[in-house]
Amino acid sequence: MTTATTDQGDPAVRPGIDGFLQVKDLRVHFPTDDGVVKSVDGLSFNLELGETLGIVGESGSGKSVTSLSIMGLHPPGTAKISGQVVLKGDNLIGASMEHIRKLRGKNMAMIFQDPLSAMHPYYTVGHQIIEAYRVHNSVSKQVARKHAIDMLGRVGIPQPGSRVDEYPHQFSGGMRQRAMIAMALSCDPELLIADEPTTALDVTVQAQILDLIRDLQQEFNSAVIIITHDLGVVAELADDILVMYAGRAVEYATAHEIFTAPQHPYTWGLLGSMPRLDRERTERLRPIHGTPPSLINVPSGCPFHPRCDYAELNGGACETDRPEFLEISARHFLACHLSAQDRQRVWESDISPTL
Amino acid sequence: MVTYIIRRLFASIGLLFVVSVITFSIFFVVPRIAGGTPETLATRYVGRAATAETVHITAQKLGFYDPLTVQYANWAKAIFVGADYDYGAGVERCPAPCLGYSFLTKQPVWPDLLDRAPVTASLAVGASILWLVAGVATGVLSALRRGTIFDRAAMGIALAGVSLPIFFTGLVSLAFFSYTLGWTAPGGQFVPFTQNPAQWAYSMILPWITLAFLFSAQYARLTRAGMLETMHEDYIRTARAKGLRERNVVIQHGLRAALTPIVTIFGLDVGLLLGGAILTEKTFSLNGLGKYAIDGIGNQDMPKILGVTLLAAFFIVIANLVVDLLYAVVDPRVRSQ
Repeated sequence: MTTATTDQGDPAVRPGIDGFLQVKDLRVHFPTDDGVVKSVDGLSFNLELGETLGIVGESGSGKSVTSLSIMGLHPPGTAKISGQVVLKGDNLIGASMEHIRKLRGKNMAMIFQDPLSAMHPYYTVGHQIIEAYRVHNSVSKQVARKHAIDMLGRVGIPQPGSRVDEYPHQFSGGMRQRAMIAMALSCDPELLIADEPTTALDVTVQAQILDLIRDLQQEFNSAVIIITHDLGVVAELADDILVMYAGRAVEYATAHEIFTAPQHPYTWGLLGSMPRLDRERTERLRPIHGTPPSLINVPSGCPFHPRCDYAELNGGACETDRPEFLEISARHFLACHLSAQDRQRVWESDISPTL
Repeated sequence: MVTYIIRRLFASIGLLFVVSVITFSIFFVVPRIAGGTPETLATRYVGRAATAETVHITAQKLGFYDPLTVQYANWAKAIFVGADYDYGAGVERCPAPCLGYSFLTKQPVWPDLLDRAPVTASLAVGASILWLVAGVATGVLSALRRGTIFDRAAMGIALAGVSLPIFFTGLVSLAFFSYTLGWTAPGGQFVPFTQNPAQWAYSMILPWITLAFLFSAQYARLTRAGMLETMHEDYIRTARAKGLRERNVVIQHGLRAALTPIVTIFGLDVGLLLGGAILTEKTFSLNGLGKYAIDGIGNQDMPKILGVTLLAAFFIVIANLVVDLLYAVVDPRVRSQ
């Protein structure tokens, strides 16, 4: 196995830290009849135990594909994956299926978007948690059942002793997601990936689930990747935020930086598209114009340029040259052609006042 | 759950009543509409040589002049308490359950049915187990190996299985396995299970395989389609994310869900077959209910046809009931509704 080394030439890997999880130049391409879909095209990031990384982007930006690649959940033969996913010094790309299977659930676990469809309708919640626990722990059914009840209690399900025998459809949406979290955490994984964990839930329970994830993370000291299109969600949870567009990182910084001094026009757009009640009614929801690009024919130059309001400030560079992903200040990475002065000016005059 | 069962039971009884009314109407009312008279019906009991007087008296004694509702009531009553048939040459007792009295063999239909049912049941049970195992296994493997040579070959054979009629596959296999190779019993040698289980299986193996080939083809296609669908469900991804072995993912999570529609079809198919597998029985000269029915049709022996029809309907209604109850066992979401 390769030992984790820091790579000074790779901007997204923070120097000096032997990452718990290191993703280096991850590329996930799906060959189709219409051409190669480049869902993820050169993504790098780092994550430490006890930290939370938020990956943000629109549908089709490659967020979920990234998480499935880390988990090794792309069916064999469908995706061409290259690059490195190094978990505790163990490169998972190219590792045997059986090796990754043993890590799944035990070392890395995942929470999915829609807990109703993500749980098997024919098995009780308890059965599904017991199953997850017993794959990696050779214990009797009674012991596993006690553990399942214990886990359900810890994620805040009332009367876990009786609800353990109920079916997913007998749970409310929020309770189902709690059960899903209990299942994911049943083997005490070090890495938890939450793929849009609150998207399918009522707004009223979203905050509860996010609080739960944060509390459990502190309790288990796990590394968490939270994938979402909603910056509000990561604002609650994330230490670092990675903004993805068309399969690549466009901005990567601490959550504080992203919210107080964002540099990429796409990040501005995402921030602006968060609904705000303190604006005029017609101004409350401000979308980013245009649609996400085709991942088969990614626009030349900066893939965001067709939707960018500031693309013409650079004399054509946005249309022809792909901006490099560079560290513009400490722990702040950006892929944009705009000059620092332009970004500063636009942010201060156009964007910041409207948020 | 209990109320669900009770409700389904009552619905089944109601359904049987409706079926009996419809079958009765087909055999007794429709001939009237088509120009038949009480006399022409009675002629079938006393023969063409009888005088008009005898025919008239027989028609009267058998109640053919009564209103149809009364006739239905008497006929239905006979099922529960039996009936006496008097058609001139003395009174014939048809004990309960009297599903009719053949005017050609001058015998009640019910004992005949009892005689034939084990043959048909043997055929249905043996064949259904074979096709369920073979069809589901082939379907699962085909789905997992989608697009491979195995999948194409299996689905090609399945297409042949669905397309080839029993009288073709049956006769070819009889000619080959029984008469050329001598491995299996030639047709028409049914040995009851209670008498000699080994001989029973030997006598039935070829009909089983022939019938199972036809059905397993359908089941393979159905299972394949179901598996292809369920293996793309989110809960399969969850099962994999837990680190389950692929075999357990496929069987416990994928097949478990894909099996629900198959249970439904299986129950209905077995119910249908229990009422008689006409082509198979005829091809292999098995004296089952199906062969009984065509013999009745050939001789225009109405009570026989009526008896088999009712019994077959009964099996289908029961099969429906069993399927509904099984559904609740298989799918917990049905149970809690």
